[in-house]
Amino acid sequence: MSIKGMAYIAGAFEHPTRKAPDKSVAVLHAECAKGALEDAGLNVSDVDGYFCAGDAPGGVLSMVDYLGLNVRHVDGTDTGGSSYIAQVSHAAQAIAAGKCNVALITMAGRPRSEGRSGVKQKMTVANVPDTPFELPFGPTAVNEYAMAAMRHMHEYGTTSEQLAWVKVAASHHAQYNPNAMLRDVVTVEDVLTSTMIADPLHKLDCCVVSDGGGALVVVRPEIAKNLKRPLVRVMGAGEAPKGLSGGKVDLTYSGAIWSGQKAFEEAGVTPQDIKYASIYDSFTITVLMQLEDLGFCKKGEGGKFVADGNLISGVGKLPINTDGGGLNNNHPASRGGIVKVIEAVRQLRGEANPQVQVKNCDIALAHGTGGGLASRHGSATLIMERV
Amino acid sequence: MGTTFQDRTMTVPEIHPEHKEYWDAAAEGKLLIKQCDSCGEYHYYPRVLCPYCMNDKTTWKEAKGTGRIYTYSVMRRGVPYAIAFVTLDEGPRMMTNIVDCDLDKIHINQVVKVVFKQSGDQDNPGPFIPCFTPMSDE
Repeated sequence: MSIKGMAYIAGAFEHPTRKAPDKSVAVLHAECAKGALEDAGLNVSDVDGYFCAGDAPGGVLSMVDYLGLNVRHVDGTDTGGSSYIAQVSHAAQAIAAGKCNVALITMAGRPRSEGRSGVKQKMTVANVPDTPFELPFGPTAVNEYAMAAMRHMHEYGTTSEQLAWVKVAASHHAQYNPNAMLRDVVTVEDVLTSTMIADPLHKLDCCVVSDGGGALVVVRPEIAKNLKRPLVRVMGAGEAPKGLSGGKVDLTYSGAIWSGQKAFEEAGVTPQDIKYASIYDSFTITVLMQLEDLGFCKKGEGGKFVADGNLISGVGKLPINTDGGGLNNNHPASRGGIVKVIEAVRQLRGEANPQVQVKNCDIALAHGTGGGLASRHGSATLIMERV
Repeated sequence: MGTTFQDRTMTVPEIHPEHKEYWDAAAEGKLLIKQCDSCGEYHYYPRVLCPYCMNDKTTWKEAKGTGRIYTYSVMRRGVPYAIAFVTLDEGPRMMTNIVDCDLDKIHINQVVKVVFKQSGDQDNPGPFIPCFTPMSDE
Protein backbone atom coordinates (compact mmCIF):
# COMPACT_ATOMS: atom_id res chain seq x y z
CA MET A 1 0.00 0.00 0.00
CA SER A 2 1.27 3.46 -0.86
CA ILE A 3 0.38 6.66 0.97
CA LYS A 4 0.55 8.67 -2.26
CA GLY A 5 -2.53 10.88 -2.41
CA MET A 6 -4.10 9.19 0.62
CA ALA A 7 -3.86 12.22 2.93
CA TYR A 8 -3.64 16.02 2.88
CA ILE A 9 -1.99 18.46 5.25
CA ALA A 10 -4.94 20.71 6.06
CA GLY A 11 -3.58 22.66 9.02
CA ALA A 12 -0.15 24.00 9.92
CA PHE A 13 0.80 26.32 12.75
CA GLU A 14 4.12 27.55 14.09
CA HIS A 15 3.95 29.13 17.54
CA PRO A 16 5.17 32.75 17.28
CA THR A 17 7.02 32.68 20.60
CA ARG A 18 10.77 32.14 20.78
CA LYS A 19 10.97 32.59 24.57
CA ALA A 20 8.24 31.40 26.90
CA PRO A 21 9.35 31.66 30.53
CA ASP A 22 5.74 32.07 31.69
CA LYS A 23 4.24 29.02 30.00
CA SER A 24 4.58 25.29 30.64
CA VAL A 25 5.41 22.90 27.79
CA ALA A 26 1.86 21.50 27.96
CA VAL A 27 0.37 24.97 27.39
CA LEU A 28 2.58 25.44 24.33
CA HIS A 29 1.36 22.08 22.95
CA ALA A 30 -2.25 23.14 23.49
CA GLU A 31 -1.75 26.55 21.84
CA CYS A 32 -0.12 24.86 18.85
CA ALA A 33 -2.99 22.36 18.58
CA LYS A 34 -5.54 25.20 18.64
CA GLY A 35 -3.57 27.17 16.05
CA ALA A 36 -3.34 24.28 13.58
CA LEU A 37 -7.01 23.33 13.94
CA GLU A 38 -8.08 26.96 13.37
CA ASP A 39 -5.78 27.12 10.34
CA ALA A 40 -7.50 24.04 8.91
CA GLY A 41 -11.00 25.23 9.84
CA LEU A 42 -11.64 22.16 11.98
CA ASN A 43 -12.80 21.67 15.59
CA VAL A 44 -11.09 19.72 18.32
CA SER A 45 -14.10 17.34 18.24
CA ASP A 46 -13.12 16.41 14.66
CA VAL A 47 -9.75 15.00 15.80
CA ASP A 48 -9.73 11.20 16.01
CA GLY A 49 -5.98 10.54 15.80
CA TYR A 50 -3.19 12.06 17.91
CA PHE A 51 0.57 12.00 17.40
CA CYS A 52 3.40 13.31 19.58
CA ALA A 53 7.03 12.50 20.41
CA GLY A 54 9.51 12.72 23.28
CA ASP A 55 9.00 16.46 23.84
CA ALA A 56 5.37 15.90 24.87
CA PRO A 57 5.19 15.83 28.67
CA GLY A 58 3.70 12.54 29.82
CA GLY A 59 3.53 11.21 26.26
CA VAL A 60 0.35 10.42 24.36
CA LEU A 61 -1.64 9.47 27.47
CA SER A 62 -1.09 12.71 29.37
CA MET A 63 -1.46 14.84 26.26
CA VAL A 64 -4.68 13.22 25.00
CA ASP A 65 -6.15 13.72 28.47
CA TYR A 66 -4.80 17.29 28.81
CA LEU A 67 -5.98 18.43 25.38
CA GLY A 68 -9.41 16.88 25.91
CA LEU A 69 -9.21 14.67 22.84
CA ASN A 70 -11.48 11.77 21.99
CA VAL A 71 -9.31 9.70 19.66
CA ARG A 72 -9.23 6.13 18.35
CA HIS A 73 -5.62 6.13 17.13
CA VAL A 74 -2.41 7.31 18.84
CA ASP A 75 1.28 7.20 17.85
CA GLY A 76 4.24 8.22 20.04
CA THR A 77 7.05 7.47 17.59
CA ASP A 78 10.22 9.24 18.65
CA THR A 79 13.16 9.65 16.29
CA GLY A 80 14.36 12.93 17.80
CA GLY A 81 13.96 16.08 15.70
CA SER A 82 12.78 14.13 12.66
CA SER A 83 9.83 12.56 14.54
CA TYR A 84 7.17 14.93 13.19
CA ILE A 85 8.18 14.41 9.56
CA ALA A 86 7.86 10.66 10.09
CA GLN A 87 4.54 11.19 11.88
CA VAL A 88 2.99 12.89 8.82
CA SER A 89 3.73 9.64 7.00
CA HIS A 90 2.36 7.58 9.90
CA ALA A 91 -0.78 9.72 9.95
CA ALA A 92 -1.24 9.16 6.22
CA GLN A 93 -0.79 5.41 6.74
CA ALA A 94 -3.37 5.42 9.55
CA ILE A 95 -5.84 7.39 7.42
CA ALA A 96 -5.28 5.06 4.45
CA ALA A 97 -5.91 2.05 6.72
CA GLY A 98 -9.13 3.57 8.07
CA LYS A 99 -7.77 4.03 11.59
CA CYS A 100 -8.52 7.78 11.74
CA ASN A 101 -9.80 10.68 9.62
CA VAL A 102 -8.28 13.77 11.24
CA ALA A 103 -4.79 13.38 12.72
CA LEU A 104 -3.33 16.03 15.00
CA ILE A 105 0.46 16.22 15.48
CA THR A 106 1.84 18.54 18.17
CA MET A 107 5.32 19.42 19.41
CA ALA A 108 6.64 22.07 21.78
CA GLY A 109 9.40 22.78 24.25
CA ARG A 110 11.29 25.51 26.04
CA PRO A 111 15.01 24.71 26.10
CA ARG A 112 15.83 28.44 26.05
CA SER A 113 13.92 29.18 29.26
CA GLU A 114 15.20 25.98 30.84
CA GLY A 115 18.84 26.73 30.00
CA ARG A 116 19.48 23.68 27.82
CA SER A 117 21.80 23.79 24.82
CA GLY A 118 23.81 21.65 22.45
CA VAL A 119 27.13 22.38 24.18
CA LYS A 120 26.05 20.65 27.40
CA GLN A 121 27.08 17.07 28.00
CA LYS A 122 24.40 14.45 27.66
CA MET A 123 22.97 12.93 30.82
CA THR A 124 22.83 9.27 31.78
CA VAL A 125 19.53 7.59 30.97
CA ALA A 126 19.19 4.27 32.79
CA ASN A 127 19.65 1.04 30.82
CA VAL A 128 20.49 2.60 27.45
CA PRO A 129 23.05 0.12 26.06
CA ASP A 130 25.42 2.53 24.31
CA THR A 131 25.81 5.26 26.94
CA PRO A 132 28.40 3.53 29.20
CA PHE A 133 30.74 3.50 26.20
CA GLU A 134 30.09 7.10 25.16
CA LEU A 135 29.12 9.43 28.02
CA PRO A 136 32.56 9.44 29.71
CA PHE A 137 33.97 11.05 26.54
CA GLY A 138 31.75 14.14 26.74
CA PRO A 139 29.57 13.78 23.64
CA THR A 140 27.36 16.81 23.00
CA ALA A 141 25.14 17.68 20.06
CA VAL A 142 27.74 20.05 18.64
CA ASN A 143 30.87 17.91 18.93
CA GLU A 144 29.13 14.86 17.49
CA TYR A 145 28.09 16.83 14.41
CA ALA A 146 31.56 18.41 14.36
CA MET A 147 33.17 14.98 14.04
CA ALA A 148 31.06 14.29 10.95
CA ALA A 149 32.09 17.67 9.53
CA MET A 150 35.77 16.98 10.23
CA ARG A 151 35.67 13.66 8.39
CA HIS A 152 33.71 15.18 5.49
CA MET A 153 36.39 17.86 5.15
CA HIS A 154 39.11 15.18 5.22
CA GLU A 155 37.50 12.94 2.59
CA TYR A 156 36.01 15.52 0.23
CA GLY A 157 37.90 18.75 0.81
CA THR A 158 34.82 20.53 2.15
CA THR A 159 35.77 23.93 3.63
CA SER A 160 34.55 26.13 6.47
CA GLU A 161 33.77 28.82 3.87
CA GLN A 162 31.40 26.43 2.10
CA LEU A 163 29.68 25.49 5.37
CA ALA A 164 29.32 29.20 6.16
CA TRP A 165 27.24 29.70 3.00
CA VAL A 166 24.46 27.60 4.57
CA LYS A 167 24.24 30.13 7.41
CA VAL A 168 24.46 33.07 5.04
CA ALA A 169 21.46 31.75 3.09
CA ALA A 170 19.46 31.20 6.30
CA SER A 171 20.15 34.76 7.43
CA HIS A 172 19.07 36.18 4.06
CA HIS A 173 15.71 34.42 4.47
CA ALA A 174 15.29 35.24 8.17
CA GLN A 175 15.50 39.00 7.59
CA TYR A 176 11.98 38.82 6.11
CA ASN A 177 10.51 36.70 8.95
CA PRO A 178 9.24 38.97 11.76
CA ASN A 179 9.13 35.99 14.15
CA ALA A 180 12.69 34.79 13.46
CA MET A 181 14.96 34.73 16.50
CA LEU A 182 17.94 36.11 14.53
CA ARG A 183 17.18 38.54 11.68
CA ASP A 184 20.57 40.10 10.90
CA VAL A 185 22.09 39.18 7.54
CA VAL A 186 25.57 37.70 8.02
CA THR A 187 28.53 37.12 5.68
CA VAL A 188 30.88 34.18 5.26
CA GLU A 189 33.47 36.25 7.13
CA ASP A 190 31.07 36.74 10.05
CA VAL A 191 30.66 32.97 10.36
CA LEU A 192 34.40 32.25 10.15
CA THR A 193 35.27 34.86 12.76
CA SER A 194 32.57 33.78 15.23
CA THR A 195 33.72 31.81 18.29
CA MET A 196 34.95 28.27 17.65
CA ILE A 197 32.69 25.93 19.64
CA ALA A 198 33.87 22.47 18.56
CA ASP A 199 36.37 22.22 15.69
CA PRO A 200 35.46 22.85 12.88
CA LEU A 201 32.05 24.30 13.87
CA HIS A 202 31.83 27.97 14.87
CA LYS A 203 29.04 29.56 16.86
CA LEU A 204 27.33 30.69 13.65
CA ASP A 205 27.45 27.12 12.28
CA CYS A 206 25.02 26.18 15.08
CA CYS A 207 21.24 26.56 15.24
CA VAL A 208 19.42 28.77 17.71
CA VAL A 209 18.12 27.48 21.05
CA SER A 210 14.48 28.58 21.09
CA ASP A 211 11.24 27.97 22.96
CA GLY A 212 8.11 27.33 20.96
CA GLY A 213 6.49 24.60 18.96
CA GLY A 214 4.19 23.72 16.13
CA ALA A 215 1.32 21.51 15.06
CA LEU A 216 -0.02 19.88 11.92
CA VAL A 217 -3.41 18.50 10.95
CA VAL A 218 -3.40 15.63 8.44
CA VAL A 219 -6.76 14.59 7.00
CA ARG A 220 -8.55 12.21 4.63
CA PRO A 221 -8.85 13.59 1.03
CA GLU A 222 -12.65 14.00 1.18
CA ILE A 223 -12.31 16.15 4.29
CA ALA A 224 -9.54 18.32 2.83
CA LYS A 225 -11.62 19.05 -0.25
CA ASN A 226 -14.46 20.41 1.90
CA LEU A 227 -12.18 22.86 3.72
CA LYS A 228 -11.33 26.37 2.54
CA ARG A 229 -7.53 26.05 2.61
CA PRO A 230 -5.27 25.41 -0.43
CA LEU A 231 -4.78 21.67 -0.96
CA VAL A 232 -1.42 20.15 0.03
CA ARG A 233 -1.26 16.45 -0.76
CA VAL A 234 1.16 13.88 0.64
CA MET A 235 3.06 12.26 -2.27
CA GLY A 236 5.65 10.02 -0.64
CA ALA A 237 7.71 9.42 2.44
CA GLY A 238 10.65 7.43 3.72
CA GLU A 239 12.25 6.69 7.06
CA ALA A 240 15.62 5.24 7.96
CA PRO A 241 17.45 4.86 11.24
CA LYS A 242 21.23 4.60 11.02
CA GLY A 243 23.66 3.72 13.79
CA LEU A 244 27.27 3.04 14.60
CA SER A 245 26.94 -0.47 13.11
CA GLY A 246 28.73 -2.41 15.83
CA GLY A 247 31.90 -0.44 15.18
CA LYS A 248 31.75 -0.26 11.36
CA VAL A 249 31.35 3.50 11.87
CA ASP A 250 31.01 5.67 8.75
CA LEU A 251 30.29 9.34 9.50
CA THR A 252 30.35 10.51 5.87
CA TYR A 253 26.70 9.80 5.08
CA SER A 254 23.29 9.88 6.76
CA GLY A 255 20.16 7.76 6.59
CA ALA A 256 18.87 10.24 3.99
CA ILE A 257 20.39 8.00 1.32
CA TRP A 258 17.68 5.46 2.20
CA SER A 259 14.77 7.62 3.39
CA GLY A 260 15.17 10.00 0.43
CA GLN A 261 15.24 7.22 -2.14
CA LYS A 262 12.09 5.62 -0.70
CA ALA A 263 10.27 8.98 -0.64
CA PHE A 264 11.22 9.85 -4.23
CA GLU A 265 10.19 6.38 -5.42
CA GLU A 266 6.82 6.58 -3.72
CA ALA A 267 6.19 10.12 -4.96
CA GLY A 268 7.33 9.26 -8.49
CA VAL A 269 9.51 12.36 -8.74
CA THR A 270 13.25 13.17 -8.70
CA PRO A 271 15.29 15.83 -6.91
CA GLN A 272 15.10 17.93 -10.09
CA ASP A 273 11.32 18.21 -9.59
CA ILE A 274 11.62 19.76 -6.12
CA LYS A 275 10.94 23.53 -6.22
CA TYR A 276 11.50 24.11 -2.51
CA ALA A 277 13.16 22.01 0.21
CA SER A 278 13.08 22.24 4.00
CA ILE A 279 16.36 20.63 5.08
CA TYR A 280 17.04 20.06 8.78
CA ASP A 281 19.65 22.60 9.83
CA SER A 282 20.73 21.89 13.38
CA PHE A 283 24.21 22.77 12.08
CA THR A 284 25.53 23.88 8.71
CA ILE A 285 27.10 20.45 8.07
CA THR A 286 23.67 18.84 8.57
CA VAL A 287 22.34 20.63 5.49
CA LEU A 288 25.36 19.96 3.32
CA MET A 289 25.46 16.22 4.01
CA GLN A 290 21.70 15.72 3.66
CA LEU A 291 21.59 17.54 0.30
CA GLU A 292 24.21 15.07 -0.97
CA ASP A 293 22.43 12.05 0.51
CA LEU A 294 19.04 13.10 -0.90
CA GLY A 295 20.59 13.30 -4.37
CA PHE A 296 20.48 17.07 -4.96
CA CYS A 297 24.19 16.79 -5.82
CA LYS A 298 26.82 14.05 -5.97
CA LYS A 299 28.43 12.73 -2.79
CA GLY A 300 31.33 14.97 -1.83
CA GLU A 301 30.08 17.91 -3.92
CA GLY A 302 27.83 19.38 -1.23
CA GLY A 303 30.37 22.09 -0.49
CA LYS A 304 30.25 23.42 -4.06
CA PHE A 305 26.46 23.03 -4.16
CA VAL A 306 25.73 25.17 -1.10
CA ALA A 307 28.24 27.94 -1.93
CA ASP A 308 27.71 31.29 -3.62
CA GLY A 309 24.08 31.75 -2.63
CA ASN A 310 22.75 28.62 -4.33
CA LEU A 311 20.33 28.01 -1.43
CA ILE A 312 18.92 31.57 -1.38
CA SER A 313 15.37 32.01 -2.70
CA GLY A 314 15.33 34.01 -5.93
CA VAL A 315 19.12 33.71 -6.30
CA GLY A 316 20.12 30.04 -6.29
CA LYS A 317 18.91 26.82 -7.84
CA LEU A 318 17.49 25.25 -4.68
CA PRO A 319 15.80 27.56 -2.17
CA ILE A 320 15.79 25.94 1.26
CA ASN A 321 14.50 26.92 4.72
CA THR A 322 12.93 30.17 3.58
CA ASP A 323 11.70 30.90 7.12
CA GLY A 324 15.34 31.19 8.23
CA GLY A 325 15.45 27.57 9.40
CA GLY A 326 16.83 26.32 12.66
CA LEU A 327 19.95 28.41 12.11
CA ASN A 328 18.02 31.72 12.32
CA ASN A 329 14.31 31.29 12.84
CA ASN A 330 13.36 28.55 15.28
CA HIS A 331 14.48 25.19 16.67
CA PRO A 332 11.79 24.59 19.31
CA ALA A 333 12.58 21.93 21.93
CA SER A 334 15.85 21.43 20.01
CA ARG A 335 13.72 19.39 17.58
CA GLY A 336 13.13 21.23 14.36
CA GLY A 337 11.27 18.71 12.22
CA ILE A 338 7.77 20.12 12.53
CA VAL A 339 8.89 23.61 11.45
CA LYS A 340 10.37 21.99 8.35
CA VAL A 341 6.97 20.65 7.30
CA ILE A 342 5.21 23.91 8.23
CA GLU A 343 7.42 26.08 5.98
CA ALA A 344 7.03 23.58 3.11
CA VAL A 345 3.24 23.84 3.51
CA ARG A 346 3.49 27.66 3.48
CA GLN A 347 5.50 27.52 0.26
CA LEU A 348 3.05 25.14 -1.43
CA ARG A 349 0.10 27.33 -0.38
CA GLY A 350 1.86 30.47 -1.60
CA GLU A 351 1.83 31.81 1.96
CA ALA A 352 5.56 32.17 2.60
CA ASN A 353 6.93 35.65 3.28
CA PRO A 354 6.56 37.44 -0.11
CA GLN A 355 10.30 38.17 -0.48
CA VAL A 356 11.15 34.45 -0.26
CA GLN A 357 8.05 32.86 -1.84
CA VAL A 358 9.16 30.43 -4.55
CA LYS A 359 7.28 30.99 -7.83
CA ASN A 360 5.08 28.14 -9.03
CA CYS A 361 5.97 26.07 -6.00
CA ASP A 362 4.08 22.86 -6.81
CA ILE A 363 6.32 20.17 -5.28
CA ALA A 364 8.23 20.50 -2.01
CA LEU A 365 10.31 18.25 0.23
CA ALA A 366 10.86 18.26 3.99
CA HIS A 367 13.70 16.24 5.43
CA GLY A 368 14.89 15.74 8.98
CA THR A 369 17.69 14.15 10.95
CA GLY A 370 16.96 13.31 14.56
CA GLY A 371 19.68 12.43 17.05
CA GLY A 372 23.25 12.53 15.78
CA LEU A 373 24.41 13.19 12.23
CA ALA A 374 25.65 10.10 10.40
CA SER A 375 26.09 8.44 13.81
CA ARG A 376 23.00 7.21 15.70
CA HIS A 377 20.05 8.99 14.14
CA GLY A 378 16.69 8.77 12.43
CA SER A 379 16.21 10.19 8.93
CA ALA A 380 12.76 11.06 7.64
CA THR A 381 11.81 12.45 4.23
CA LEU A 382 8.42 13.74 3.11
CA ILE A 383 7.39 14.93 -0.36
CA MET A 384 4.25 17.03 -0.83
CA GLU A 385 2.46 18.65 -3.77
CA ARG A 386 0.02 21.49 -4.28
CA VAL A 387 -3.12 20.27 -5.99
CA MET B 1 51.23 27.88 22.24
CA GLY B 2 48.83 25.04 21.47
CA THR B 3 46.04 23.78 23.68
CA THR B 4 47.44 21.65 26.49
CA PHE B 5 45.46 18.63 27.60
CA GLN B 6 43.95 19.03 31.06
CA ASP B 7 42.35 16.33 33.15
CA ARG B 8 38.59 16.74 33.49
CA THR B 9 35.91 14.82 35.37
CA MET B 10 34.62 12.05 33.14
CA THR B 11 31.02 10.89 33.67
CA VAL B 12 30.88 7.63 35.61
CA PRO B 13 29.36 5.02 33.29
CA GLU B 14 26.43 2.87 34.33
CA ILE B 15 27.74 -0.69 34.73
CA HIS B 16 25.56 -3.30 33.05
CA PRO B 17 25.94 -6.88 34.34
CA GLU B 18 27.29 -8.27 31.06
CA HIS B 19 30.21 -5.80 31.07
CA LYS B 20 31.87 -6.75 34.39
CA GLU B 21 34.82 -8.41 32.65
CA TYR B 22 35.30 -5.36 30.44
CA TRP B 23 35.54 -2.92 33.36
CA ASP B 24 37.68 -5.32 35.46
CA ALA B 25 40.14 -5.56 32.55
CA ALA B 26 40.12 -1.78 32.10
CA ALA B 27 41.25 -1.40 35.73
CA GLU B 28 44.28 -3.53 34.75
CA GLY B 29 45.00 -1.43 31.66
CA LYS B 30 43.54 -3.87 29.15
CA LEU B 31 41.01 -3.02 26.42
CA LEU B 32 38.58 -5.85 25.69
CA ILE B 33 36.49 -6.14 22.56
CA LYS B 34 34.08 -8.86 21.49
CA GLN B 35 34.44 -11.42 18.70
CA CYS B 36 31.57 -13.54 17.40
CA ASP B 37 32.11 -17.30 17.66
CA SER B 38 30.00 -17.83 14.55
CA CYS B 39 30.74 -15.12 11.97
CA GLY B 40 34.15 -14.19 13.40
CA GLU B 41 33.52 -10.43 13.27
CA TYR B 42 34.86 -8.15 15.98
CA HIS B 43 32.43 -5.56 17.29
CA TYR B 44 32.33 -2.59 19.67
CA TYR B 45 30.73 -1.54 22.01
CA PRO B 46 30.52 -5.09 23.40
CA ARG B 47 27.25 -7.04 23.20
CA VAL B 48 26.23 -10.49 24.40
CA LEU B 49 24.59 -11.21 21.03
CA CYS B 50 26.56 -10.45 17.86
CA PRO B 51 25.19 -7.28 16.14
CA TYR B 52 26.00 -8.77 12.73
CA CYS B 53 24.39 -12.23 12.94
CA MET B 54 22.58 -12.30 16.34
CA ASN B 55 24.52 -15.40 17.35
CA ASP B 56 24.46 -15.64 21.15
CA LYS B 57 28.04 -16.87 21.57
CA THR B 58 30.59 -14.07 21.59
CA THR B 59 34.03 -14.09 23.22
CA TRP B 60 36.08 -11.37 24.92
CA LYS B 61 39.41 -10.64 23.19
CA GLU B 62 42.14 -8.31 24.35
CA ALA B 63 42.73 -5.64 21.71
CA LYS B 64 46.30 -4.64 20.84
CA GLY B 65 45.35 -1.17 22.03
CA THR B 66 46.68 0.65 18.99
CA GLY B 67 44.88 2.33 16.12
CA ARG B 68 44.41 5.49 14.08
CA ILE B 69 42.21 8.54 14.53
CA TYR B 70 39.16 8.31 12.19
CA THR B 71 37.78 11.72 13.17
CA TYR B 72 37.84 14.10 16.14
CA SER B 73 36.68 17.46 17.45
CA VAL B 74 38.20 19.67 20.12
CA MET B 75 35.47 21.08 22.35
CA ARG B 76 36.40 24.72 23.09
CA ARG B 77 33.76 25.51 25.75
CA GLY B 78 34.99 25.11 29.36
CA VAL B 79 37.95 22.77 29.92
CA PRO B 80 38.96 21.86 26.35
CA TYR B 81 38.88 18.18 25.42
CA ALA B 82 39.14 16.13 22.24
CA ILE B 83 36.38 13.66 21.44
CA ALA B 84 37.23 11.20 18.67
CA PHE B 85 36.53 7.94 16.93
CA VAL B 86 39.59 5.68 16.72
CA THR B 87 39.87 2.76 14.29
CA LEU B 88 41.39 -0.13 16.26
CA ASP B 89 43.92 -2.34 14.50
CA GLU B 90 41.34 -5.15 14.86
CA GLY B 91 38.83 -3.11 12.78
CA PRO B 92 36.09 -1.64 14.98
CA ARG B 93 35.87 2.13 15.47
CA MET B 94 35.18 3.35 19.00
CA MET B 95 34.30 6.69 20.57
CA THR B 96 37.06 7.95 22.87
CA ASN B 97 39.04 10.98 24.02
CA ILE B 98 42.50 11.90 22.76
CA VAL B 99 44.55 12.79 25.85
CA ASP B 100 48.00 13.74 27.19
CA CYS B 101 49.01 15.82 24.16
CA ASP B 102 48.73 19.23 22.47
CA LEU B 103 45.09 19.18 21.38
CA ASP B 104 45.85 21.53 18.48
CA LYS B 105 48.17 18.96 16.86
CA ILE B 106 45.63 16.13 16.70
CA HIS B 107 44.87 15.00 13.15
CA ILE B 108 42.99 12.33 11.22
CA ASN B 109 45.01 9.12 10.61
CA GLN B 110 47.33 9.88 13.54
CA VAL B 111 48.61 6.66 15.19
CA VAL B 112 47.45 6.36 18.78
CA LYS B 113 47.63 3.90 21.69
CA VAL B 114 45.23 3.26 24.55
CA VAL B 115 45.72 4.82 27.99
CA PHE B 116 43.21 4.55 30.81
CA LYS B 117 41.82 7.47 32.83
CA GLN B 118 39.65 7.04 35.90
CA SER B 119 36.12 8.39 35.64
CA GLY B 120 34.39 10.33 38.42
CA ASP B 121 36.26 12.25 41.12
CA GLN B 122 37.76 11.73 44.60
CA ASP B 123 34.35 11.57 46.27
CA ASN B 124 32.85 9.27 43.65
CA PRO B 125 35.61 7.36 41.81
CA GLY B 126 34.38 5.35 38.81
CA PRO B 127 35.76 2.76 36.41
CA PHE B 128 38.83 3.33 34.23
CA ILE B 129 37.97 4.54 30.74
CA PRO B 130 39.89 3.74 27.52
CA CYS B 131 41.32 6.95 26.06
CA PHE B 132 44.03 7.24 23.40
CA THR B 133 47.23 9.25 23.12
CA PRO B 134 49.34 9.95 20.02
CA MET B 135 52.41 7.70 19.56
CA SER B 136 54.10 10.55 17.66
CA ASP B 137 53.21 13.87 16.01
CA GLU B 138 52.96 12.07 12.63
